[in-house]
Amino acid sequence: MAAQPDKGMSAAISEPPGLGGRAGAVAIELRDARASMGGHVVWSGVDLLVREGEFVAVLGPNGSGKSTLLKAVLGLMHTPRSAVTVLGGPPGAANRRIGYLPQRHAYDSTLRVRGVDLVRLGLDGSSWGIPLPVGPRAAARRQAKRRVEEVIELVGADAYADRPLSELSGGEQQRILIAQALVRRPRILMLDEPLDSLDLPNQAAVTALVQRICRTENVAVLLVAHDVNPLLAYLDQVIYLAGGRALQGPVEEVITSAKLSELYGAPIDVLRTRDGRLVVVGQPEAPHVHGHRHG
Amino acid sequence: MLSHEFIRNAYLAGTFVALACGVVGWFVVLRGQVFAGDALSHVAFVGAIAAAVVGIDERVGLFALTLGFAAVMAGLGRRAQADDVTIGVVFSWVLGIGVLLIALLSTSASGSNGLILANTLFGSIFGLSAGQSVVAAAIGFGVVLASLAIARPLLFASVDAEIATLHGVPVRALGLGLLLLIGAVTAEGAQAIGALLVLGLIAAPGGAALKLTSRPYLGMGLSAAIALVAMWGGIALSYAIPSLPPSTAIIGLAVASYLIASLLPRVPTIAL
Amino acid sequence: MAIGMAEPTLTWNLARDVEELLRYRFMVHAFEAGTIVAVMAAIVGWYMVLRRQSFAGHTIAVMSFPGTAGAALAGLPSAVGYYLACGIAALAIGRARHAGTTAGRAGVGRSGESAAIGVVQVAGLALGFLFLSLYSGVLEQLESLLFGTFLGIDSAQVLTLLIVAIVVLAALAVVGRPLLLVSLDTEVARARGVPVRALDVGFLLLLGLAVAATTQITGALLVFALLVAPPAAAQVLTARPGRSLALSVALALLITWLALSISYFSPYPLGFFLTTLAIGVYVLAQLVGCASARAARERRPSATVARPPSTPSPLPFA
Repeated sequence: MAAQPDKGMSAAISEPPGLGGRAGAVAIELRDARASMGGHVVWSGVDLLVREGEFVAVLGPNGSGKSTLLKAVLGLMHTPRSAVTVLGGPPGAANRRIGYLPQRHAYDSTLRVRGVDLVRLGLDGSSWGIPLPVGPRAAARRQAKRRVEEVIELVGADAYADRPLSELSGGEQQRILIAQALVRRPRILMLDEPLDSLDLPNQAAVTALVQRICRTENVAVLLVAHDVNPLLAYLDQVIYLAGGRALQGPVEEVITSAKLSELYGAPIDVLRTRDGRLVVVGQPEAPHVHGHRHG
Repeated sequence: MLSHEFIRNAYLAGTFVALACGVVGWFVVLRGQVFAGDALSHVAFVGAIAAAVVGIDERVGLFALTLGFAAVMAGLGRRAQADDVTIGVVFSWVLGIGVLLIALLSTSASGSNGLILANTLFGSIFGLSAGQSVVAAAIGFGVVLASLAIARPLLFASVDAEIATLHGVPVRALGLGLLLLIGAVTAEGAQAIGALLVLGLIAAPGGAALKLTSRPYLGMGLSAAIALVAMWGGIALSYAIPSLPPSTAIIGLAVASYLIASLLPRVPTIAL
Repeated sequence: MAIGMAEPTLTWNLARDVEELLRYRFMVHAFEAGTIVAVMAAIVGWYMVLRRQSFAGHTIAVMSFPGTAGAALAGLPSAVGYYLACGIAALAIGRARHAGTTAGRAGVGRSGESAAIGVVQVAGLALGFLFLSLYSGVLEQLESLLFGTFLGIDSAQVLTLLIVAIVVLAALAVVGRPLLLVSLDTEVARARGVPVRALDVGFLLLLGLAVAATTQITGALLVFALLVAPPAAAQVLTARPGRSLALSVALALLITWLALSISYFSPYPLGFFLTTLAIGVYVLAQLVGCASARAARERRPSATVARPPSTPSPLPFA
């Protein structure tokens, strides 16, 4: 078992055994955490630890609370005090150092704003006034411009960053959004189902990009997904949420028939196909939630 | 032309009203809130009629009603953008009240009501006194400054409300702020070019600018410039051709700019 | 508007009141016209609200002003001007909506469309003002043009209204289902070969017709009372299309009859009662809708046990 690391942003700690050789300060820690929504407990008794430079997938059936986990890290959920620690402090305090891509991010597909402008807004969009090319702080503005160009290059979007978002494909828009999430050099990057509407080649490309960023920028990455298979080759660990509880560990330790059956409280089979893909059989679906009738 | 005082007053008031309409209008079009702007201009119309019929200082009643309505609209929607059904139902009720006011308070025959209506609809920029034009210019200038101050976070909120909220941008407050600015510029512009035509200076330059470029700050500037050119050109044209009313000339130029921007092929926009 | 004869008074005898109400020909005509207009507006408006085209509807209504002014200038009957102007506006808006649409790519979008509609409106208004300054005879009718009247509707006008309504409703009966599909899910409709663009423009023309007709009763600015409020209220109260259409008609009739009746006995104008009743109905519907939604949420047991997924709810028109 891993020794309990110190809380807080200390320098790289010696790696606990069995964690893929990735050293890094603790970014997110949950101890016996619980989250509820509308009086109903989504998950409880959750212990998690994510370090900088780790690429972690968050998996589980619909309604198991994957998005809720991300919101808890952002401080948007009511969690018990000191149960959740983010970058050494309470959740919500460090949001400036977290890059976040919400789920099914619906753009007005005809909005004529350029990708590069969107990324720039991620940097200074909350400051009042407008950026002027001259005047005091002009140097800071030039630096901001350089940073935007840098991060666009990092995600490989320089070819189309000057075009309006409405002209970009789904995969291209995702890269721009990732660039926006990264522009302030976050320590944590959280993506909620970013691969949902992408075709397979784009899924692979975006996942590879995220892993590259995770390594080179030493960012802790939480990626919520439905299917672990596109991510298998890139992951360090998974967090599996089901039955109101959570399991964390390497893929081969967590996604097993024994572990998942215990988690769900129902018989689950994990099958491995010849080409190495994992299939989970026997999952009960989460209860169907009736949305508001009037669209 | 400039030797006449009424022309100088028109230019003074018109310049800043046009600039305000241009900047505010760019956001209005970006956010698809032209209908809200339309509703506000109709409300301003009712306010002006009511004030004219009652005989009180137009400006007070006009601003109160318009700004109040803007606040109501902001309150009724999520990110402070009421949907078009709510807008339509509520502003038609305000118009209904306007009808009641006219019937209650108007003592003359319906013929002269038509005149009051026409003047309120179409304004009288050539009829401004020096004092009125200074006030109009001041308000217009104030609106421009306020718009520039909130431009960046408002842009963020308009483009991506969800992520902007996470960055700490007060999305709802900015939505309300924009509606109030629209209300202010509508109420003020109503006197210059008429309540229902203010919409033209809000929608057309903004619409044209958004067709021409997708760069935000350039777009704002372009929208303001187009509105300004329409205003200056319209005043000059109307002076040169006495039978052409100023409002028609100004709106005509604004609409023309929109049509030109629509017809231009896409190529120039990439360069911009 | 106040009637220039002996003020009729409201008594407690309902039968007597109705008799008084219908004593004069013009009131009978007013009720006939009102009924026809209410039914037509409720049905056309139902689609308009569903398609979120209220701004377009309002703009088309405002076009009646340049229409009438232009007709007066040209010496044509004002009805011609109405229908022509509303038709042109409908086509212009339809064109703007689909401008820039290439195969597979979305068109101008919400912001572009709203700017285009705004421009059409002010262009029309500015033109109207030009016509007005060239021929000021329209000034007298301006007030009733904008705010409506129900005095002096003659049987010829009622007949015209009836014909227009029959045309509009017949057309809607024919295209109703494909139009509903297009309104709810454009992509699916396109995939099934439904002519989306033709239906879009066709609907706007029908809207123009209906609006031109409604404007004669309620006036250009108050058209919404019948075109938006009853359908919107109905759609809040029920999601089933057949029911909400019927409810929309029922509410529109209720509003119109009540407004006409009250306005007859009172010195205050019709437009005010129409819009006040309309917003009242809408607000009531919203309150009822909110209350029932809250009750439904409380009735549902909290979800802790996994259950098999239920069958998806069917498309409303299936």
